[in-house]
Formats: sequence, structure tokens, C-alpha cells
Amino acid sequence: MKDLVAEFDAIRARFPAGFDSSLVVPFLRRIQEDRGYVADSDIDALVDYLCVPRIQIEEVLSYYTQFRRKPIGRWHVQACRNVSCSLLGADRIVDHLTQRLRIRPGETTGDGRFTLSTVECLASCGTAPVVMINETCHECVTPQKLDALLEALT
Amino acid sequence: MSSTKLLMTFPVSATSHTLVEYRERGGYATLEKVLRQMTPTQVNDEITASGIQGRGGAAFPMGRKWGVIHLNDGQPHYLCANADEGEPGTFKDRWILENAPHLLVESMVIAAYALQVRNAFVYMRGEFDLPYRRLAASVDEAYEAGYLGERILGTDVSCDLVIYRGAGSYVCGEASALLTSIEGRKPYPRNRPPRLTVRGLYQRPTVVNNVETLANIVGIVANGAQAFRAVGTAKNPGTRLISISGHICRPGVYEIEVGYPWSKFIYEDCGGVRGGRQLKAVIPGGISTKVLTAAEIEPLHLDNQEVEAAGSSLGSGGMIVIAEGTCMVRLLQVMLRFYHHESCGQCTPCREGMGWLHRIIDRVVAGDGRPEDIERLYQISAWNDGTTICGMGDAAGYATSGILNKFRDEFEYYIDNKRSRLHGNLECLASS
Repeated sequence: MKDLVAEFDAIRARFPAGFDSSLVVPFLRRIQEDRGYVADSDIDALVDYLCVPRIQIEEVLSYYTQFRRKPIGRWHVQACRNVSCSLLGADRIVDHLTQRLRIRPGETTGDGRFTLSTVECLASCGTAPVVMINETCHECVTPQKLDALLEALT
Repeated sequence: MSSTKLLMTFPVSATSHTLVEYRERGGYATLEKVLRQMTPTQVNDEITASGIQGRGGAAFPMGRKWGVIHLNDGQPHYLCANADEGEPGTFKDRWILENAPHLLVESMVIAAYALQVRNAFVYMRGEFDLPYRRLAASVDEAYEAGYLGERILGTDVSCDLVIYRGAGSYVCGEASALLTSIEGRKPYPRNRPPRLTVRGLYQRPTVVNNVETLANIVGIVANGAQAFRAVGTAKNPGTRLISISGHICRPGVYEIEVGYPWSKFIYEDCGGVRGGRQLKAVIPGGISTKVLTAAEIEPLHLDNQEVEAAGSSLGSGGMIVIAEGTCMVRLLQVMLRFYHHESCGQCTPCREGMGWLHRIIDRVVAGDGRPEDIERLYQISAWNDGTTICGMGDAAGYATSGILNKFRDEFEYYIDNKRSRLHGNLECLASS
């Protein structure tokens, strides 16, 4: 986290005084962007920097689904399987990904390239089914489109 | 579509979201007029007179919410735009964030002036990528141009806007949970009273409004409350953004005047049901609103009053179309898996109840359903109703009892025969 301190100071300046507790979520997001997950040492550093209780950070990390405490694959493939996506074939998409990557949702491929997850509603229901790979949302996906996408990711 | 437009008033292009083009459309002229010619009270009066209701799901009158804020009470007030958009089926606010981000920024500065807010926030769900990038760029542009920050347009009004990104949690769409999340904590919803407009963010008076509700402010203030009231119905003026998905030919976001005929919307504007199938049911406004059958929606108009009289709600405008041949047992399973996953765990009836509902429906789908399971689902739904701090317990119950009431025969068949009468179909493959 140390090398992010300058950036954190800048973010902190945009918030009103007395809002240090609010910075937990944005800082954890930023840390995870860099490292791919949040390590114990990050929590220690954040406790020191923000002077918030350690339990607050632990609670936030364990509550919000986007935070991770362990490394995952380079490409995080997240398939939505909520109502609108299910009505347009989310089950087929998840099955296809499972077969192609040879992992089940929640697992990472042996070479560390892909992690597969199922998620709930990415607010792209009009272009279902959707799969998010890292930060990018891919809409109206089909098995063929996914194959082409995955092929290009190293 | 012949309906009046208040938000989707310009052709969307690769650059229509930028400040340059927003200003060409008259952008920020209203802010200038407000800051130079109107008092905060006048803006408040205009909003109250417009009769606009919240577009996030609860349809609470915006003017009444604002009216609780005491100007000049010597304490900071906060304003938060709810851009969490987590209700499955809803993707309308995305349209504003991606295509008209400056409309939201301008509206929020006007609101901040009216409510004497120095610090405003946009709480955006963590999964949003393009909407975040578009809004963040607009906020930067607005600071650069002097529409945000210190001494806006040379007046003595100042306002700062921060985009706060969530990190994956449905319950954060609930206003008090949203504020707790901005406080950097696990987002447990709060008991009311006190209302958030009395004790909200860090215990200060806070107004939380949906993105679409806020985006209407510029139009209301620019053209006057009477012009706004001329659109829509007397009790529910204005337009609604409806995001339609599921088994529909032309899914997407549409702006309709409140009171627009429902069948016309589905069959003409949205091209009818996919694959030439018959319509089976419609979820009107996000999965937490009760499902209505094709026959029920036939005579209705897209007006919350009418939809509520029919036993449901237009909710957040997230409409999901379900074609004939869809297995409602499996559809309910998808919904209950979601609610179970998203329960924050604060209230016992929801924390335990969602798990029970989910396990029972899983058992039914696996062919191990018991005859008493239908009554159990009903009973747990009833236990949840009104016994939880936020509306999520109620919502899961509405979704469950809504489907059971209308499609009970499918559940009975599934339990008796240990299989779906409709082959477990969720997907609507081309008509064969």
C-alpha cells in the first residue's frame, strides 16, 4: 500500500473533513486494483493510515462480494445468472464456460489464467446474457463469441 | 412512439455525453438561471409543485422528502444520488449515466443549492464501468468549467461532488444502507425514525434520490412545474424510463409518458414477444414486484396507481417479459437464489427466511419437493412481510407469493411428478 499514499492523500482531499471512515471502501478498491486482492499487510497499513478499527476493514472485506483476500486468475470471468440473463440462456453460457475452462464456478485454472464466477445482475439486462471479464462487460454473449474472447486473452 | 419525452430528448451519438454537446443543447443554462435569479426556497417550491414522485421504486414524492430539510439550521446537509441500480431487470439509470451525465451533474448542483448542500455524492454500484468513466469525466469537465467547486459561476455558492463506488451488494440500493456504505462500513439498513432527512449520512440531514428522479430537476426548473404536470397523469406527472428485458423483441430503455397503454408498449414499441410466442407474464418493475399475467396487463396503463390496484407496482421500471413455455418454478429458483445471496444478515426473518425459501425451492427443482412445500413457501413469505428493517424481506415474499398465486398449478405438477411440466425451460428458443 505504501506506494499508493500520495494517491490516497489526493482522494482524501476531495472528501469533507471528518470523512476518513468513508475512505475504507475506495482505498480497498484501489489496493485490490493493484495487487489483485487485499493482503494482511494492506489491512495493517490502512489501519495505520486511516486510524479506523481493524474490525471495520475486516467486515467490509468479508461483506462486499467484489473484495478478495486471495489471488485469483489474471482474467476474472463473471457470468451473470439472474432472471433476465437466465431467460436468455445464462445456464448454457455457464455450462459452456465450465467445459471450456475445465473449472467450476469459484475455481481458477491451473495455469493461473482464468477464474470463473457466477454473479447476480450486472444491470445489463437489455443485452443479456452478459459476462464480465475483469472490468469489461461483454453483452449479448454466445458460446462462439466467448470462445473468440477467451482465445485472445493470455 | 408518440409519447412526450423529457429526458431522451436528443439523438445519442459517440459524443452526445460531452460537455460541449450538452451545452449546445442548452446545458447549464438552468443552473445559471437558478443561481442568479432564484432563492433555494423557490427551487424547493417548484419541485414540490411539480408533484414528481421518486423513480427508484418507492414512488415517494420528492417535494415531501426535500420539505423535511430545514434550511439555515446551522448544520451540514448532504445529497446523495442513488446510482446503485441493483434491482434485477433495472438498467435505466445507466442510460442517464452513460448518455446524459451532465444532466445529472447540473440537476444535482441545483438540488444542492436548494437544499443548502456543500458536499454531494453519487453512490454507484461497483460493477459499473462505462457509467463510472462517463460520469467521472463529466464531473472533471464540470469542475474545469466552474459548474462545481468553489464559487460556482462566480456566485458565492460552492458545491463538491464525489462519486462513491460500491463493491458488490444489492442491499446498498436501500437508502440507509447506501449511507452506511458511504460511511465505509458494512451496509446494514437502519430503522426509521429518524428519517434520513433528519439523521442521515454521519447523522446529518441527508437527501437520497434516485438518478432518474434527480435528472428531472433541470427540466422542472427550466420549464416550470406546470409544464411538468402537463405530462403524465394528475397523480403521477412526468415520464418514466422503462428498461425492458427478457423474452422481448426489442429490449432496451424507453421513455414513456406515465399512463401509456401497456399492451401498446409491449407489442408495438418493443416489437412483442420473442420468437413469435404468446406472452405468459410480466414482472412490472424489478423482480421484487409481483408478477402479472398477460391477461392482467392487457387493459392496464403504465401508471403506478393502476398497477398497484392490480396488485403489483411499477417499482424501479425494470420490466421483464416472460414468454409462454417458461417454467415458473425454475424462475422462482433463480430469484430466491439471488435474495438468499444478497440478504445482509441483520434481521433474523430475512437472514434465515431467505435460506429456507432457497433450500425449499432447490429441493422442489431437484424433484424432492414435498406436498406441504407450497404452503411453507407462503408461510415464510408471510413471516418476512413487515418484520425486517428494510424492504428486502417483504420483497422476496412478494416475488414468491406473486408467482405462487398465479402459477400454483406448475408447482403442484412439479412436486407430484418430480419434474417440470415445461421441461424446466427458462430460455425462449426460436419458435419451432
